Amino acid sequence: MTLDEKKQQVIEDFSSYDEWLDKYEYLIELGKGLDALPEEKKTEDRLIKGCQSRVWLDSELKDGKLFFSADSDAIITKGIISLLIGIYSGATPQEIAADDFGFVEEIGLRENLSPTRAGGLASMIQTIKEIAENAE
Amino acid sequence: MQTYTTKMKVKELRDKFPILSTCVYGKPLVYLDNAATSQRPAAVSSKWNELVNTRNANIHRAVHRLADEATREYEGARDTVKAFLNASSREEIVFTSGATASINLVAFSFGEAFVHEGDEIIVSVAEHHSNIVPWQMLCERKGASLKVLDVDENGVLQVEKLQELISQKTKIVAISHISNVLGLVNPVKEIVKICHDHGVPVLVDGAQGVVHEKVDVQDLDCDFYAFSGHKLYAATGTGVLYGKKKWLDAMPPYMGGGEMIGTVSFSGTTYAPLPQKFEAGTQNLNSTPTLVPAIAFVNEIRADEDLAAEQKSVLEYVLGALQENKLIHLYGVPRRTEEKAPVFSFTVKGAHHEDLALILDKMGIAVRSGQMCAEPLMDRMGVTGMLRASFAPYNTLEEAKYFIECLNKAIGMLI
Repeated sequence: MTLDEKKQQVIEDFSSYDEWLDKYEYLIELGKGLDALPEEKKTEDRLIKGCQSRVWLDSELKDGKLFFSADSDAIITKGIISLLIGIYSGATPQEIAADDFGFVEEIGLRENLSPTRAGGLASMIQTIKEIAENAE
Repeated sequence: MQTYTTKMKVKELRDKFPILSTCVYGKPLVYLDNAATSQRPAAVSSKWNELVNTRNANIHRAVHRLADEATREYEGARDTVKAFLNASSREEIVFTSGATASINLVAFSFGEAFVHEGDEIIVSVAEHHSNIVPWQMLCERKGASLKVLDVDENGVLQVEKLQELISQKTKIVAISHISNVLGLVNPVKEIVKICHDHGVPVLVDGAQGVVHEKVDVQDLDCDFYAFSGHKLYAATGTGVLYGKKKWLDAMPPYMGGGEMIGTVSFSGTTYAPLPQKFEAGTQNLNSTPTLVPAIAFVNEIRADEDLAAEQKSVLEYVLGALQENKLIHLYGVPRRTEEKAPVFSFTVKGAHHEDLALILDKMGIAVRSGQMCAEPLMDRMGVTGMLRASFAPYNTLEEAKYFIECLNKAIGMLI
């Protein structure tokens, strides 16, 4: 799937739930499904700053494409980072750096998070973009 | 069993708080973050409106009519607070912007006068950052050091260890009346007695204590008592420092500016008498008088036995329900129910506090998650954060039951 197709898929998945509690269930399932990061990778430098709960993000550049892995001690946060890296893993650094992450608004994720959580989401996006910009 | 009369009284009580009838995400708001800030009754907001719309003038200075009325309102609030705390004189009531400002005032001014290099200050491990950091800053400034009184596994303050912590160098003990995390009522009177036996004064952080306990500063015999108006149903930015006259007299001013002076000249300035000595600059003159309707509200509900019984049943129900669930670890387990305020902090095995708070929020329930401005206590308990539900008298038993039901649902979603 292309980046756009992946985004479209997430938008469709998300909009199939009317209730926010159900959307949380979806995020919780995503979080539970994400492989845990090995303990030795849960280091200070992989921590995303600005999140209330701890979120670690690791990346690897392979054949010109970025692949992410992540973990968090809070499961909804883990679901959110899982959703993000599910979309952006496998994209080129150029694609990610040029992306506007607009789908986050489209699924209403930002406005439905508390300000501290929304700040955390912004930090996750910022970190993914920085990794992409520095990978080139 | 709740009688018809109690039911009506609770309804009447809730009707005084317009915000309680609002909905969040289409669900009735269940506000359980009262330890962070309480809601305000209409009497408080209308007092504020009345002052802004009809009596707004700077106090104490001008001779005109409005200034006179504004001054009466402001000084009337001082009389109300004096009576509420049973202080021996109105000079002992200093208005501040909140408990934090009150504690900072003492840490600075008391520190300037009485704390020197090598001295010691005692706080408990369960203090809010506001009752830790000002003392750390003082220690840094003076080369003094901070000693910490521990709690046991249940969060109960180890008062028996206080004796051995106090030394010849101890200059002040700063302790909360009720911890904002643990919700346990500390034996302040006993603590004061121990400290005074060693000639050491005591500051009580009453931010939570004044909300849940009747405070008589003469009976407690504490040297300072600090609290915020906004946790006590009054407007934000209001606060009180009670201080024994002998200390306030001996302390230099905290801030310099208008109103706190006697005479000013470039060869030297004299300071105003108490309490103006500690009230520099234009005061929070529209908000501080809201302490009057807020305290009237508190006195009214405290005098009502039916409402008191209802609050007791809420406390006992939540305490029981949280302890019953094996996944839940409650911090602040009282030896006797009377020692517990309706502030419940806990962790859930396998579920992150932040996830729980987020799910509860979508169910209409406002709770707090995180470190609750008490990082040292979190470290002491070996956790990164907790979930806290804190109740006010307007919270009903139905709300308490709904909270427990939703909490169980949220736990089910997460594990």
